[in-house]
Amino acid sequence: MIEETKSIELDFNVDEIRKDFPILHQEVNGYPLVYFDNGATSQKPKQVIDAISKYYEEYNSNIHRGVHHLSQIATTAYEKAREEIQSFLNAKELAEIVFTKGTTEGINLVAQSWGRKFLKEGDEVVISAMEHHANIVPWQMLCEEKGAVLKVIPMSQSGELIMEEAKKIIGEKTKIVAVMHVSNALGTINPIQEIIQLAKQVDAITLIDGAQAVPHFMVDVQELDCDFYTFSAHKLLGPTGVGVLYGKKEILEAMPPWQGGGDMIKDVSFEKTTYADVPLKFEAGTPNIAGCIVMAEAIRYWKSLNHEHVKVYEDALFSYAVEKLSEIEGMRFIGTAKEKVAVISFLIDGLHPYDVGFILDKYGVALRTGHHCAQPVMDFYGIPGTLRASFSFYNTFAEIDQMVDAIHKAKKMLS
Amino acid sequence: MSIASKEAEIVEEFSMFDDWTGKYEYLIDLGRSLPLIDESLKNEDHLIKGCQSQVWLDASIDEGKLKFKGDSDAQIPKGIVSLLVRVMSDESPEEIVNTELRFIDEIGLKEHLSPTRANGLVSMVKQMKMYALAYQHK
Repeated sequence: MIEETKSIELDFNVDEIRKDFPILHQEVNGYPLVYFDNGATSQKPKQVIDAISKYYEEYNSNIHRGVHHLSQIATTAYEKAREEIQSFLNAKELAEIVFTKGTTEGINLVAQSWGRKFLKEGDEVVISAMEHHANIVPWQMLCEEKGAVLKVIPMSQSGELIMEEAKKIIGEKTKIVAVMHVSNALGTINPIQEIIQLAKQVDAITLIDGAQAVPHFMVDVQELDCDFYTFSAHKLLGPTGVGVLYGKKEILEAMPPWQGGGDMIKDVSFEKTTYADVPLKFEAGTPNIAGCIVMAEAIRYWKSLNHEHVKVYEDALFSYAVEKLSEIEGMRFIGTAKEKVAVISFLIDGLHPYDVGFILDKYGVALRTGHHCAQPVMDFYGIPGTLRASFSFYNTFAEIDQMVDAIHKAKKMLS
Repeated sequence: MSIASKEAEIVEEFSMFDDWTGKYEYLIDLGRSLPLIDESLKNEDHLIKGCQSQVWLDASIDEGKLKFKGDSDAQIPKGIVSLLVRVMSDESPEEIVNTELRFIDEIGLKEHLSPTRANGLVSMVKQMKMYALAYQHK
């Protein structure tokens, strides 16, 4: 497996790339850190970390209304970041890029702004059985408020959505279909293009949770033709506390403002206040200026990599890990879809994931354990949670060996 | 035997191990002798919140002394419960309510005192004290 990869002549050298990530070069409990929790958050290259310092050291200033020098620089950098993200997603218009705190906030924004205005009693909201709580709870709250009905596209044992059922569930009463592009718990890549087409047939709008997709492949929102797409910077080499909601301009324009305050207004008086155009209409208050600027830096770094080679490398890591893990007695993989990103959720017969994860940490291996904010998925499989190894392009085969070795030791201790 | 002397006993037992592997193997082993809660009591009322695994706890009183029983579906939390039960069982409600447990830190398992560990040790101790408080006022 490793020989195959070498022969492809990858355009990037993982050891060189790892030099860009200072945090990876440390020991945990006397062992080299093996960071396999990228699904929770990714590590940041020095370029991104330096960009944060540079912002605060050189041109920090509040944006949009200052006439002075620093404010001009900050505003230019901030709006340039918005352009970079428009290009990153291939959005038709700049106004379609709304800065948010992250994916969760993006979904809540749509649920509360679009939802409150356009959802009526008896309408249906369709989500899937594998959603992260962020794409379940805002809709539950909305449906409860409006007397709307939440419908769920079921999944199979392999962790794939049952499209035959989706076709029955997405119907005349459906007003919005909100589905994750990639499952954080299972790694499944969902057939969202097909889902978006089903939604269009019934004039329903679509929201795609792209949090776990953008770290692994490029996304073209015009090609997808979804109405909303959300993601967080921190899973894509960027800082926490910032993300993007893409929305088609006509829809954003039709939506009422969400949070009120400065920046989202045109004129304010006690008699009447008028609102700014999109996207500013949805960006009340001083934003995470550094976050937005640095998010663009992270995306620049990501774009500088050869994505075809990244995919080959991640697929190779994934295959190698599956091969090595399969050799462990009692190994049970949770989520075995045909189309997956480099995420492996697993259990070992008779062992609680918490116990295994705890001991793995003692050997420097960072996996995530638990329900991964997808309790319905765990309930579906009848399990308390899983151990999840989520890889990034800066992980190595040697790290997988270290993990497998640690699992053997954990098994010995727990049996 | 007082809580303090039981704590001292545990500290001495754990001092025989130099490294974490020995300590945890011992802890896991101790978990196997935990007085088990009745299966019928493994319900929402007896579940300790704040644990990533399921931990159940029950208390009863006998001649003025509290007796604890518990269980967990994970081995390390079960080991911790067994230590707590060993220390806190056969004590009066007053003793339990007023005790400040020191042994967890002293046996080198300080990491379990952190609330982010999702093992609910703090919650377990709290629940034991709640039981004691309830029995104190009966």
